[in-house]
Amino acid sequence: MGHHPVDILRFNTCGSVDDGKSTLIGRLLYDSKSLMEDQIEALERSADITGGGQINLANLTDGLRAEREQGITIDVAYRYFATPRRKFIIADTPGHVQYTRNMVTGASAANLSIVLIDARLGVIEQSRRHTCIASLLRIPHLVVAVNKMDLVDWSEARFIEICDQFNEFLPRLDIKDVKFIPMSALNGDNLVEPSVHTPWYVGPTLLGHLETVHIASDWNLNGFRFPVQWVNRPNNPTDRHLHDFRGFSGQIAGGIVRVGQKVMALPGGQITTVKEIWTLDGPLQEAFCPQSVTLVLEHDIDISRGNMIIGLDQLPGTGMDLHAQVCWMHPRPLQRGKKYFLKHTSNTVQAMVTEIDHRINMATLVPEPAPAELVLNDIGEIRIRTAKPLVYDGYATNRLTGSFILIEQGTNATVAAGMLLPSEQLVRPESGDYVI
Amino acid sequence: MSSYHLDHLQHLESEAIHVMREVAGEFERPALLFSGGKDSICLLRLAEKAFRPAEIPMPFLNIETGHEFPELIDFRDRRAKQLGAKLIIRTVDAAIARGDAIPKPGVVSRNQLQTPVLLGAIEEFKFDCCIGGARRDEEKARAKERFFSFRDGFGQWDPKNQRPEIWNLYNARLNQGENMRVFPLSNWTEMDVWEYIRKEKLEVPTIYFSHERDCFRRGGQWLPEPPAHADATKPDPYAGARPTEKEPIKRLVVRVRTIADMISTGMIESKVHSFDDIISEIAAARVTERGSRADDKASEAAMEDRKKAGYF
Ligand SMILES: Nc1nc2c(ncn2[C@@H]2O[C@H](COP(=O)(O)OP(=O)(O)O)[C@@H](O)[C@H]2O)c(=O)[nH]1
Ligand SMILES: [Mg+2]
Repeated sequence: MGHHPVDILRFNTCGSVDDGKSTLIGRLLYDSKSLMEDQIEALERSADITGGGQINLANLTDGLRAEREQGITIDVAYRYFATPRRKFIIADTPGHVQYTRNMVTGASAANLSIVLIDARLGVIEQSRRHTCIASLLRIPHLVVAVNKMDLVDWSEARFIEICDQFNEFLPRLDIKDVKFIPMSALNGDNLVEPSVHTPWYVGPTLLGHLETVHIASDWNLNGFRFPVQWVNRPNNPTDRHLHDFRGFSGQIAGGIVRVGQKVMALPGGQITTVKEIWTLDGPLQEAFCPQSVTLVLEHDIDISRGNMIIGLDQLPGTGMDLHAQVCWMHPRPLQRGKKYFLKHTSNTVQAMVTEIDHRINMATLVPEPAPAELVLNDIGEIRIRTAKPLVYDGYATNRLTGSFILIEQGTNATVAAGMLLPSEQLVRPESGDYVI
Repeated sequence: MSSYHLDHLQHLESEAIHVMREVAGEFERPALLFSGGKDSICLLRLAEKAFRPAEIPMPFLNIETGHEFPELIDFRDRRAKQLGAKLIIRTVDAAIARGDAIPKPGVVSRNQLQTPVLLGAIEEFKFDCCIGGARRDEEKARAKERFFSFRDGFGQWDPKNQRPEIWNLYNARLNQGENMRVFPLSNWTEMDVWEYIRKEKLEVPTIYFSHERDCFRRGGQWLPEPPAHADATKPDPYAGARPTEKEPIKRLVVRVRTIADMISTGMIESKVHSFDDIISEIAAARVTERGSRADDKASEAAMEDRKKAGYF
């Protein structure tokens, strides 16, 4: 009977315009038999109209009219397919410089990024930029897809040369798992089936790698973190036992929680015990990241949306002076002294950018100190002062409690993606003297 | 493998619950669009999972074209009652009578007319957010949607100018008159929806299972024969959607795979009687679910155009 994928792998494709991202995704869907007849028919129809009879696999992901007309990808397109081993969520992210913010959008939640390289051009500035973003976002796995190998006569020497170009700047980045695969997205070589043109390549095909790459440890199970999203208080409970029910609902952003465990509510600092882990399917003895649950606590503590409940073993940082890496995503530049809203977990506070430490030169990956501003697609390090203390982790420790966005006041535009550096000051358990 | 492992349905469920709770936490007056179709059935279960034991903190809203399958209406009303939710219904009929929705001459389908009715309801109740059951795998333009899809004062979607959505941090801030559409099932596929319905043992309207029905062939599809024209003093709401002499009625064993209304839903010939059957049928299917919807066949950009105008 039907298929039962065991888990989900989220990945994104990045590279410059025309490196073959959309073709690669189309080919992956086509060759893994994930396309339906009406989709193939639609492809054939548009091939007759615009493509002189040649099916254009890129049309599968380029869903907007302007994209088909201009032959470019404007916005992140999401695609889904499953094999008997896994379910896949693909974000096809555009390569145009001006759309780099969309790459951050598509890549932030990914387990894996595929960086495409046109074998004829080798590593170019965009390849470095995208790899750098993948590294900043701490995407655990990277695939370097050396594409269009058919146009360089399947030359092993060229493949090795490109791997070397890559390995030259990789040490400056923070990526643990990198896989190089030579391929032709257009013809399907080494995508689903091994290519007859690359006898010198012994590694897996792209799909083979996607199906087997180890992602179980990508979620953080150390240090319990529970940002409260919503306070659950029934007004007219049908069940009399629920009359005094007061639960805190949220998605676990790190670690494991157990009934009977001591926890602390922040920013208050009160320490109490977990009485119940409530779910619609019945109470749980323990729950873990990224489950969504409702916690009932032993004591009646004033906790509201935006607060965080944490375990006592690994304490998070806290403070009003934040140090962070940001990717700037808006045409209006970031300027020192300007106020923004900062959204971190379920908490939104006012914030002011006090300092721009540096911006990264994308050609060299070297930081340039003290720029006057950060402009669209710039990546840099900044200092922020918030109106209230934040409870957070360094992004390297926890992607969910170490990330934030900046929102421009007035327009409400999302202008930056931020990754926090660890705080020098940790939450102190004794600050919660008034243990109830 | 460690015991701290979620399968794909548990992942999708937790993500959707998180999105629902963000809506409850961020908006003043949200609503949940509930049609009775399979996607919104999942939404209701997710709302229970997100908000129980408390009440679901938002009313349900449904826009009726007036061409609904009666089975769907019955089911919708019953489900809302079971959950103790307030169900708000606004109709294309009433909007036409008021002049808020103007049918195009010769066009029977009221699919497009749902948009002004929805926008009217949003204004009437001052809804700042509507949760919908749309999925990105349904359609190419939908594949570009965000979880939190910003709409301007006219309800319009601007695909080229969407807010970047990073990690699970949703920017829910709005100015006066602006509106958000939120899609908790963004990452679900048709298969996920049915597997979830099976896992949760959810009730679905009977028309998802095979039954005998009078159908006629039009536009390469089997369309259901509309109900008889009961009130002869009024114009026939199905004028133009009834079979002509050249379209003979055939009694078939059919079911629906996706539900719009009786005018735009193609019936598929099928013999399924359980969720297992449905799941096997989808696994073996060679066309997409939207392949049976007349409203999407109009052109390659049909959905994109409707969404830009305020459709959900
Ligand atoms: N020869 C050759 N052409 C390719 C290959 N992959 C993609 N292309 C072509 O490169 C062009 C750009 O591809 P597209 O997928 O739209 O690139 P994107 O901008 O990265 O999405 C199209 O004309 C493709 O047919 C390949 O492996 N070999
Ligand atoms: Mg493309």
